[in-house]
Amino acid sequence: MPGEAMAGGGARRSGTARHFWQRHEKVLVPALLLAPGGLLFALFVLYPIAASVRLAFYEWNGVGPKTWVGLANFQELLADHVFHTALGNNLIWLALIVIAPVLGLGVALLLVRMTLAMRLARSLFFLPFVISQVVVGMIFAWFFNADFGLLNRLLTALGAAPVALLEGEHAIFAVILAGLWPQTAYCMMLYLAGLTAIDRGSVDAARLDGAHGWRLVWHIVIPQLWPAHFIVAMVCVVSALRSFDLVMIMTRGGPYDSSTVLALYMYEQAFLSLRYGYAAAIASVQFVLMATCVSFFLWHMLRRERQ
Amino acid sequence: MHGTLSTGRTARTAHRAAVVLVLIVWLLPLLGVAVTSVRAIDDLNRGNFWGWPSQTRLVENYAAVLRGSDVGQLILNSFLITVPAVAGTLVLSTMAGFALAAYRFRGSLVLLALFIGGNLVPFQILAIPVRSLMADTLGLYDTRAALILFHISFQLGFATLFMRNFTRQLPAALIDTARVEGLGELQILLHVAVPLLRPAMAAVAVLVFTFVWNDFFWSLILAHSNDVRPITAGLQALRGMWVTSWHLISAASLLAAIPPALMFFLMQRHFIAGLTLGVSTD
Repeated sequence: MPGEAMAGGGARRSGTARHFWQRHEKVLVPALLLAPGGLLFALFVLYPIAASVRLAFYEWNGVGPKTWVGLANFQELLADHVFHTALGNNLIWLALIVIAPVLGLGVALLLVRMTLAMRLARSLFFLPFVISQVVVGMIFAWFFNADFGLLNRLLTALGAAPVALLEGEHAIFAVILAGLWPQTAYCMMLYLAGLTAIDRGSVDAARLDGAHGWRLVWHIVIPQLWPAHFIVAMVCVVSALRSFDLVMIMTRGGPYDSSTVLALYMYEQAFLSLRYGYAAAIASVQFVLMATCVSFFLWHMLRRERQ
Repeated sequence: MHGTLSTGRTARTAHRAAVVLVLIVWLLPLLGVAVTSVRAIDDLNRGNFWGWPSQTRLVENYAAVLRGSDVGQLILNSFLITVPAVAGTLVLSTMAGFALAAYRFRGSLVLLALFIGGNLVPFQILAIPVRSLMADTLGLYDTRAALILFHISFQLGFATLFMRNFTRQLPAALIDTARVEGLGELQILLHVAVPLLRPAMAAVAVLVFTFVWNDFFWSLILAHSNDVRPITAGLQALRGMWVTSWHLISAASLLAAIPPALMFFLMQRHFIAGLTLGVSTD
């Protein structure tokens, strides 16, 4: 019976299938188009977030069974000095990243003219953002090298005492300085895009009224750069809280964990000490910190989309 | 008259001088590495790190790097990971971006928010589950497939947002006319939208190329052998091997930096258009 029905109904079935497809094309097509990307994103981005937060309440060495420990990992974090240092260093990074937009805007104003030479100059200026942070870290580790780095060459030439920045307790500042290099280039590019979108008429009118230099920039140009300020702020916050590569390459968090950051401390706890639950707790704190900062931007962006 | 003209010229000269000065200071670290990569070892032993090199050893040093280490293989690995990741991201984000832009349905804004938000999370919150998924569930630890699969999934967030915004800028009448003429939805995507989306696809391609090529964290987490991992992770290991051979380290670093830098210079317009999305387009 079933075999007979299948053999007989073949042609009609493909007909109804086509009919079904045509009737629901506007639902099926977007669903099918979204499915592969959505599944991958759910599996490798959304699910891991939930799984990590859950893992933060367990103790796990990666192979044995997971043991529920409640809030023990978070209680341990409260008393962990290395965690405090890491969190503090991320906050210092967040505070000092402000230098990138200030310098970036300055350079953007310097390079805003659309001549061929200026275009070449801005491409060259942007180069640090394009190359890998691993390379940036190696370049700066060498620049700050105590024995033969350019920094100490300059200091001794000026008669000052040489310093061993990366081996000292202030190593994090040397790492942040390296981080400002590509970030300033990024900010410059965003501000250049913002400057070309600015209303030329208002600038010319202000110039006719006698506004020059700083007054013109401060009262006319900067207030008109809102879309750029917004994106610049977001990418700077994200980069300060995400920083991993430079610390790993330049100091590995040392000396004695003094230059570690949350991302590096999490990596060490998970993949070197095999304390996955504790590492997940560190990652959760980092995630909440980021979510708090970013949700403001996201909310603003979506509100604009809805309009 | 004459006075204003000459001050104009002075101002222009001052402006140019300032640009050149800023650029030199800005690129000094990079210039230092470039010069060191062609130095002879004698220079380094004598402490000549920043002076003019006594001889240029361009060919010798780079040949030593490529012959005496796995740098060639590592760079090949970077390409074998980056190119498929770019292709995959491009196809899937064009599909998803079209779905989010061309159809109105409930929850599409929520999906978009998830895509954007997911792209901003710190990598560390993903690290442990992604490694277990790849290693234990899929058996892909230390394969290029693991890195490609993860990079596609992660880059989809940004790429989908970008493709959606671009698709929305296409004239709505175009799609409506195609529907009236009886084209199926998939035909509209392939034959009407995709040809017009080429600039956006170029922008996504160069940006994803740069991001994936420069990745370091995931190559530490998902791979360990020199047959699989990319040049970024390889460089870090080579530094341990060549402790004081700064000329070799510098040459290898530059080799790692050249592909994304070249990509940027060749596709500059698309690169910048992609990166400054949201600043200049609204």
